[in-house]
Amino acid sequence: MSKGRYGIHGGQYVPETLMRELICLEECYEHYRNDPEFQRELQTLLKEYAGRPSLLYYAEKMTKDLGGARIYLKREDLNHTGSHKINNVLGQALLAKKMGKTRLIAETGAGQHGVATATAAALLDMECEIYMGEEDTVRQALNVYRMELLGAKVHPVTSGTRTLKDAVSACMREWTNRVNDTLYVLGSVMGPHPFPMIVRDFQSVISQEARRQILEREGSLPAAVVACVGGGSNSMGMFYNFIADKEVELIGCEAAGKGVDTALTAATIATGSLGIFHGMKSYFCQDVYGQIAPVYSISAGLDYPGIGPEHAYLHDSGRARYVPVTDDEAVDAFAYLARTEGIICAVESAHAVAYVRKTAGNYSPDQSIIICLSGRGDKDVAAIARYRGVDLHE
Amino acid sequence: MSRAVYSQINRVFQTPNHKAVIPFLTAGDPTPDCTVRYIEEMARAGADLIEIGIPFSDPTAEGVEIQDANIRSLQGGMTTDGAFEIVRRVRQQTGDCAQIPLAFMTYANPIFHYGCDRFFDKCEALGVDAIIVTDLPYEEKQEMEEVAKTHNVALISMIAPTSRERIQMIARKAEGFIYVVYPVGGTGMHSEIGVDLKFMVESIRQVTDVPCAVGFDISTPKQARHMAQISDGAIMGNAIVKIIARDGEQAAPAIYACVKEMKEAVARV
Repeated sequence: MSKGRYGIHGGQYVPETLMRELICLEECYEHYRNDPEFQRELQTLLKEYAGRPSLLYYAEKMTKDLGGARIYLKREDLNHTGSHKINNVLGQALLAKKMGKTRLIAETGAGQHGVATATAAALLDMECEIYMGEEDTVRQALNVYRMELLGAKVHPVTSGTRTLKDAVSACMREWTNRVNDTLYVLGSVMGPHPFPMIVRDFQSVISQEARRQILEREGSLPAAVVACVGGGSNSMGMFYNFIADKEVELIGCEAAGKGVDTALTAATIATGSLGIFHGMKSYFCQDVYGQIAPVYSISAGLDYPGIGPEHAYLHDSGRARYVPVTDDEAVDAFAYLARTEGIICAVESAHAVAYVRKTAGNYSPDQSIIICLSGRGDKDVAAIARYRGVDLHE
Repeated sequence: MSRAVYSQINRVFQTPNHKAVIPFLTAGDPTPDCTVRYIEEMARAGADLIEIGIPFSDPTAEGVEIQDANIRSLQGGMTTDGAFEIVRRVRQQTGDCAQIPLAFMTYANPIFHYGCDRFFDKCEALGVDAIIVTDLPYEEKQEMEEVAKTHNVALISMIAPTSRERIQMIARKAEGFIYVVYPVGGTGMHSEIGVDLKFMVESIRQVTDVPCAVGFDISTPKQARHMAQISDGAIMGNAIVKIIARDGEQAAPAIYACVKEMKEAVARV
């Protein structure tokens, strides 16, 4: 079996053109992850620039309203740039700099990863080009302009379904064309090895902090940690340091779109099958001939037909559980959290909130649940208004 | 592995100083009938081996021309079974066409999803002599290597300008022929890395006598001649695909002329 395997999943299914670069990236990463100077620089950036550690907020009103477990929100939405994406991007951008690269490219769905990458590129004086599905550039027009303000060039991707999947393909193609001065800053725990490992390591700061914070607050581990899953970066970050704590349930919320019994869904674990795509073996939404299926979710960030290989393995082993959450449930939860706690979260994160709304009552008040609030929802306000039939004049 | 097993592939390269012309087209682009007819035309024009692409929804290594060909083919309803049906029809023709060496080119997922055993069993039964799997590098090829070998289908190794110190490792295990990717990158795009192709081929020849064909972007006779001077054959990655994009179901004359021209160009090497 080749490198970077999680059970049967993972691997490096890429054109030969990229193999040497992936091996080089892995070697550099292995070197710098153990380099005290690199770690010191990264910790400083995370603390002074990104604003870590992020808060673990006790959602008292939500807890009272739902009448079960004590609910905590891990506030990744309060990070600089407004989501968990910055954790990984600062790590990879710093790594790219050390490797002598001068240019960053990245895919983006909702725009959060693109904004984070453009931000890091501005800070570290690097060129930046972002690939974004044309449909997403419309859904998330504000984020496109944010990236441009930060000095990045945004390429609308017009191939295929014009969403996240096609943005990833465009990035891989671009990286294949120009590897010597460029690092592909992959935004999720997916793609060929070593990306699932690198992104997981940089995102694991979420659970490293959350585990310490909940022990300080509650004196015990949570009954469950819950996070939304597209490719799976915030959820892997949220799960990682709890994997060894067998009593902690790990729950990933997939985007069911209009429902898992319809074609308009992006719930990979619920509706997908084993396959090989975007450099990895994992589960994918696909047809009987292995053609990747068009997927749908109101959330551009979860609108992806696959899931990271380590999640696929956590599913196989039964260590984590993946549940579908529909557009309707997520939009309701988006409004619910705004009214109840005064927090406008990303529609991606609202999938996790929705699941906890349904299930918190099954737990006792001496138990706790942590929801990873992966991002803030400013970017989604216009889309949510449209979804609810409100006409906004800007 | 002895080269004798892949008799059809060996036949392509066995004549001394004979340079192979290897055109590529996507199965079902724009229709299955056209593909059968176009393969016939290419065989008649002297193609030594024909690469048939099994379309994939997300061809991440391809430039825009072959991406579009994949879309046209899938929109026309082409499937893996449809590609096998095209090969079956080609093998039933009379003349040059029935015997022409054929290779499939596709991505790992269509094969994996079809089932490796079932896939290579059909290849053997229909006389598909080789397969090129774009996203199956050296590190992952053992997943399909054994079963391909069992069914006498050569799993072709690719070597790219970025391979550098990997070249000889890959070449040592190569079978059938070696697909030298040049220039770097997706088909139809520009190279940013100037690479000594000659050095790559020499490096390969130090460790194996498996023939090398150079491919991806070759579209003019001059380029083909240049590639053939250095290697054992020229792969026409997107020349035929471009003609089909332009001429659709009426592409036969231009395809014939194009392959013929390439053939004449490399014959003068």
